Amino acid sequence: MDHHTSSNNRYTSLGAGDSKERILALVKQNQPDFTDLPAIVNFKQEYDDVAEKFITVLRGIGSLVYVVEGYDQIAGIIKENFADARRIVSTCDELASIAEINKMYEDPHLLEDVDLFITSSNLAVAENGAAWITDKQLSERVLPFIAQEIALVINKKNIVETMHDAYDKIADEEYGFAVFIAGPSKTADIEQSLVLGAHGPKMMTVFVVE
Amino acid sequence: MHNESKDHAGLAEDFNKDERRVEWHDETLWWVRQKRDKAANGIAEWEQLREAASQIKNNVLSNLAAYLLQFEEKAIANGVIVHWAADANEHNQIVHSILKKHGLNKIIKSKSMLTEECHLNEYFKHQGVEVIDTDLGERIVQLAGEAPSHIVLPCIHKKKEEIGELFHEHLGTPKGNADPQFLTNAARLHLRDKFLTRKVALTGVNFAIAETGEFVVCTNEGNADMGAHLADVHIACMGIEKIIPQRKHLGYFLRLLARSATGQPITTYSSHFKQPRKGQELHIVLVDNGRSRQLGRADFRNSLKCIRCGACMNTCPVYRRSGGHSYHTAIAGPIGSILAPNLDMTKYADLPFASTLCGSCTNVCPVKIDIHEQLYKWRQVLVKEGHAPAVKKMGMQGMTFTLSNPSIYHIAGKAGRWMMKNIPFVVSNKMNPWFKQREMPEPPANSFTEWYKKNRKPTP
Ligand code: SF4
Repeated sequence: MDHHTSSNNRYTSLGAGDSKERILALVKQNQPDFTDLPAIVNFKQEYDDVAEKFITVLRGIGSLVYVVEGYDQIAGIIKENFADARRIVSTCDELASIAEINKMYEDPHLLEDVDLFITSSNLAVAENGAAWITDKQLSERVLPFIAQEIALVINKKNIVETMHDAYDKIADEEYGFAVFIAGPSKTADIEQSLVLGAHGPKMMTVFVVE
Repeated sequence: MHNESKDHAGLAEDFNKDERRVEWHDETLWWVRQKRDKAANGIAEWEQLREAASQIKNNVLSNLAAYLLQFEEKAIANGVIVHWAADANEHNQIVHSILKKHGLNKIIKSKSMLTEECHLNEYFKHQGVEVIDTDLGERIVQLAGEAPSHIVLPCIHKKKEEIGELFHEHLGTPKGNADPQFLTNAARLHLRDKFLTRKVALTGVNFAIAETGEFVVCTNEGNADMGAHLADVHIACMGIEKIIPQRKHLGYFLRLLARSATGQPITTYSSHFKQPRKGQELHIVLVDNGRSRQLGRADFRNSLKCIRCGACMNTCPVYRRSGGHSYHTAIAGPIGSILAPNLDMTKYADLPFASTLCGSCTNVCPVKIDIHEQLYKWRQVLVKEGHAPAVKKMGMQGMTFTLSNPSIYHIAGKAGRWMMKNIPFVVSNKMNPWFKQREMPEPPANSFTEWYKKNRKPTP
């Protein structure tokens, strides 16, 4: 905290302080009469099978999905699918036999050669296939982006219907960084042709644990 | 970068010289619009979501000063360094001062329409600072020496063969290779090197949350995160209107944003930045640049509710057939035509006239901005404030004139042909028989003359 407060002071000498007062005065003067914030409504969705919906959406956005019983099975699938991987990093203790577990890294740049990153998510959303990951599940924030491929372990009971349900759960959660990830990184910037693997992972595998 | 001497009509005419490209542009954007329709129609409560988002944004605008202070206080408590910039120039200087403090002259940047608005790249060129855009589409236009032509699809005006040629020249890919997969992979390798070697990363901000001091950045490519999590310094630049009150409100906005933009249920990444990573410096630059002035214009303040989804561009018959660059401003299309005159009435007097006022933009806008009504009101303000001389020179004024004189319309030759292709109908709301419909279908282009004969009324 102290560190940041002191660097903050260094910047105020640029005259930023004046601009703050000026901007706020103009905003106050020009903003319209107060209107109330509407009450938050959760538009409930009733899917016949939440997990089924989640899996369908995930496949639709280019992810590979396995429904599994537990970590033994996951380790087996990874060993088979990623036989060529030179470096696999994970934050799941259960995968110690196949991956580098929960190390603290000196420098995020050292993760440049990670082929596969595996982590777990405690909250996933059926309507859009997104999984919530906070820095508690990341030894380095860059891991889910820098790895060539990513795999997520999600317990079936942690899948909710919509983003409303998701934010109901995480409204007060503490984190420094958190992210919803839905599928592999992608782009369609060249003539709207969809290409998987823009800057982040080229593939995403999701293990739904029954 | 923009052609300063031509107005929208003139620039649109340039774009229309290549008819096949125009056809492609038109059809591709219409296809994106249809994907949006499909996504929106899949949500039974879509209209209620739009209404809620609109009301939240109304509340934000009515209480903005307090929210900004709350946001700053929380952000500082989170360990973030907060800056305030009154205008574009101050924004650029603040970003530059952070680089100078660290003795650096290289920066990577993910998508930020605000830095386009502030002409940060041009500023840095003069200051000898190297900027590299990392969004694929933005990198492509940057290599071409152009500006983005669309806020979500920055190089939608480019054909893959042109991109192949650019990559051949700048990245050394084989000549003649225009395969999107191959070119994307070439860009991946090229930019990975930049991510790994640059120490300062700049990102935009989609939503900033007053109650927590965090901000959310949405991308599909993952470039904002690659930059921010590797760099020693992360600078996030945001317009002051990006505030939303509570984290829970993201439930509405994230449901609306990607569906409206590209028809996806959500972007691949919705990243929530609250505290700097250990050992990292995190800056937020809050930028006014005319927003407080727009807030004071009762007729136009709603434009500040915009979440930059681009849906109004994809649906706009004029945008689709004139291209983003014809708007000669950072944010093109219907919403850009409302924002730009606030910055400079003389320079952008032509833009509110670059519209058919058909209302399709208003119908798709996820935060219910009355876009076409504001365009109509801008026309009146511009004429009243003495920008009529500028407007008179404009093709669009010509259009208004022509349409009140159908005989001239018929003999207008090339101009008439242009309008025929680009402006299926030119109407004010009351005259518009489609207006009652929520989402307007595309009228057959050649029915215009007939329709117009039947519906001719004095031009407002
Ligand atoms: S004005 Fe509305 S439709 Fe247009 S970009 Fe902004 S939010 Fe999207």
